[in-house]
Amino acid sequence: MDFEDIENGIVELIRKAETELPKDVVNSLKKAYEIEEGVAKTQIDAILTNIDLAKKSKRPMCQDTGIQTFFVTVGKDFPHIEKLNEIILNGVKKATKEIPLRPNTVDPLTNENHKDNTGLQIPYITWEFSEGSDVKITALPKGGGSENMSKLGMLKPGVGIEGVKDFVVEEMIKAAGNPCPPTVVGVGIGGGADLSLKLGKKSLLRPVGERHKDKTIAKIEEELIKRINASGIGPMGLGGKTTVLDVHVEKAHRHPASLPVGIAVQCWADRRANMIIHSDGSWEVK
Amino acid sequence: MEYHLNIPADKEQIKKLKVGDIIYVTGKVFTARDEAHHMMLEKDKISFDPAEMALFHCGPLMKKENGKWQAVSAGPTTSSRMEIFEDKFIEKFGIGIIIGKGGMGERTEKALQKYTCVYTSYTGGAGALAADKIEEVLGVYWLEELGMPEAAWIFKVKEFGPLVVAIDSHGESIYRNIKK
Ligand code: SF4
Repeated sequence: MDFEDIENGIVELIRKAETELPKDVVNSLKKAYEIEEGVAKTQIDAILTNIDLAKKSKRPMCQDTGIQTFFVTVGKDFPHIEKLNEIILNGVKKATKEIPLRPNTVDPLTNENHKDNTGLQIPYITWEFSEGSDVKITALPKGGGSENMSKLGMLKPGVGIEGVKDFVVEEMIKAAGNPCPPTVVGVGIGGGADLSLKLGKKSLLRPVGERHKDKTIAKIEEELIKRINASGIGPMGLGGKTTVLDVHVEKAHRHPASLPVGIAVQCWADRRANMIIHSDGSWEVK
Repeated sequence: MEYHLNIPADKEQIKKLKVGDIIYVTGKVFTARDEAHHMMLEKDKISFDPAEMALFHCGPLMKKENGKWQAVSAGPTTSSRMEIFEDKFIEKFGIGIIIGKGGMGERTEKALQKYTCVYTSYTGGAGALAADKIEEVLGVYWLEELGMPEAAWIFKVKEFGPLVVAIDSHGESIYRNIKK
């Protein structure tokens, strides 16, 4: 197997994520452009022009190229599972030079920049296993401005789902223009503290505009979208109708005494790209 | 209203700007995030004149090609992190135009009034578009100490915008109007 070639595949995966927004996000921004007016329209216009320019010139759409974050599903029959971690790491280092990416990994104690977008625990990789022999990788480079608006609420179970909804709406109003709205908001309800946040983040992988299969959850999502957009915060917090492009909700069973709510915020630069590595080492980036 | 301004803009021009106006600027800008703010406030002397430039809250993605720096992507960073420095910074360096995103707090609002300065919002994340309006990288300060995103970069920009006047020199703020 040509591991170096797969590393180059990782570079292409990151390049795709950083320079081209998925169609579902672009379409949803185009819809926002139609309904906005005045200052809000100028903001969506600048975003759309920027997306176009980034794609054509193959340069990162945003200077904050994020913390490199990957969700990997490994087919249990893939022959070189032990190499995957190293391949991703090397791919990130190469991508930093070749695309280029902004060096975004800083030691929290010494403030020293690691300069190649790797470091302790970073890139942040979530591993899952499946049947078959393909490896599926989703890249979700995550910017700091939107990540800073993440929230964990350990609510009292007595407040119920209404309390959960109020918490999400209030937090997004507090976040205002900081996470570069219009945003995509991922909400995890239940589990424990860390699991709720993880569910929120994972829900960002679902395409914008796609409702949850569970009708009860889909209804909650719709209500949250309406209520947050009614706040009038608008694109970049300068006022307007579109504060969120979408809200995704996921749930897990909770402890009787706790009701954790994890909010993961993604900016309009909802960067995602997918890659498949086959058992013979060939790969595709989509 | 839409204006096309040269930097440095004189105080009369800045006074004219009202919340909701859109401006495009041409001239020199320098980038400064938290650490550059901190450093510049501590230093007695710095080797460029901020009063000639607009202040840009930005941690750009840069590339060196054939010995020359180029901006690859250079949108604004969240301005609220600079709130603790900004009033002193405006006073010390005579800033006229600030470019950032997300808005700033009361201390900055007061300083904008007192020293006739405006805070403008550039579309967050529109880094490729911003880089496209940067004609030349004129210099960089403290690159070694602070690293690429935190260093002070000096850019020559042309028709840089659209910038939305979000807090003006008369005490008005677009963010406060929305909160109401
Ligand atoms: S919040 Fe997103 S779009 Fe805004 S600057 Fe950060 S990464 Fe870029």
